[in-house]
Amino acid sequence: MVTPNFFWTVCKSSFTVGLIGLTISDRVASIVPVRGFSMSPTFNPHESTSLGLFTDDHVLVEKRCLTDYKFSHGDVVVFCSPSSYKEKHIKRITAMPGDWISVPYSYDTVKIPEGHCWVEGDNPTNSMDSRSFGPIPLGLIRGRVTHILWPPQRVGKIDRKFPQSGLAF
Amino acid sequence: MKLWFGKWTAIAKESVDRAAIFAKFLCLLHVTNNYIFAPTLVYGPSMLPTLNLTGDVVLSEFISHRLGKVGPGDVVLIQSPENPRKMITKRIVAMEGEVVSFLVDPSRSEKSRTVVVPKGHVWIQGDNIYASKDSRNFGPIPYGLIQGKVCCRVWPIDCFGSL
Repeated sequence: MVTPNFFWTVCKSSFTVGLIGLTISDRVASIVPVRGFSMSPTFNPHESTSLGLFTDDHVLVEKRCLTDYKFSHGDVVVFCSPSSYKEKHIKRITAMPGDWISVPYSYDTVKIPEGHCWVEGDNPTNSMDSRSFGPIPLGLIRGRVTHILWPPQRVGKIDRKFPQSGLAF
Repeated sequence: MKLWFGKWTAIAKESVDRAAIFAKFLCLLHVTNNYIFAPTLVYGPSMLPTLNLTGDVVLSEFISHRLGKVGPGDVVLIQSPENPRKMITKRIVAMEGEVVSFLVDPSRSEKSRTVVVPKGHVWIQGDNIYASKDSRNFGPIPYGLIQGKVCCRVWPIDCFGSL
């Protein structure tokens, strides 16, 4: 027997669950799927099939780092695209403020300004990153990727990887 | 013995209930503070004469920038591109694709420059062009750095009202 009282209880508990979930996903950690091949082979090493939603990697994004914005070289981060605020990208930080970086396909080096960082995908042939839009402000970063959670055979921690080239001193 | 145990379970149960209520309250506070509205203290010379030098408490809302409803003329809270831990309050002058011309150094010369705001960026400026560090120094900023829109002033109470 469905009564208004029952509806009220369901509404109240779903509201509470929503509040707690939103708070945890903002403050502690959340899970996001990775689409595309710009971070291959770290994420999505194989060609996607029609069942993209189930074979795409799902990663754990921790938000504790957003309280003091301390990142280091090689961290994989989620950030808002500077050209469209609705898009989120996952890339690897390769240079921090004060570093000099040599821009690929040209011979000049640029200094990363204060409060910015240089992000690059692990797959240099197929990645939209700082090589096309330049250094991004640290304020656009929305979290740091720490673990792969799905698919089950690829569960594991993501280690910091240092870029082989590009960094100039 | 049985009585003693029952008493302690009752106390433990009640404290867990209290803690759960407290946690729910904190969650509600977080969501209100981050998604609906929150008071913010703003100070500094850059927004004179709209906002005082010594500090105003303003009410800012966090809905319209998520929906993309902020436009030229709105006063917004922005994460500083030079220091992500700092929030700055500035006025939007131009949105993406618009042409903006500005005085490079208004206190020394009349030299002006004209730029086109790139895609996904906004041009922000303080109301006090002589003492403001804004897009004239660090260029257009990405829309994603906007954290909220200032809707009205709360304190001092005699200046209550929209900006």
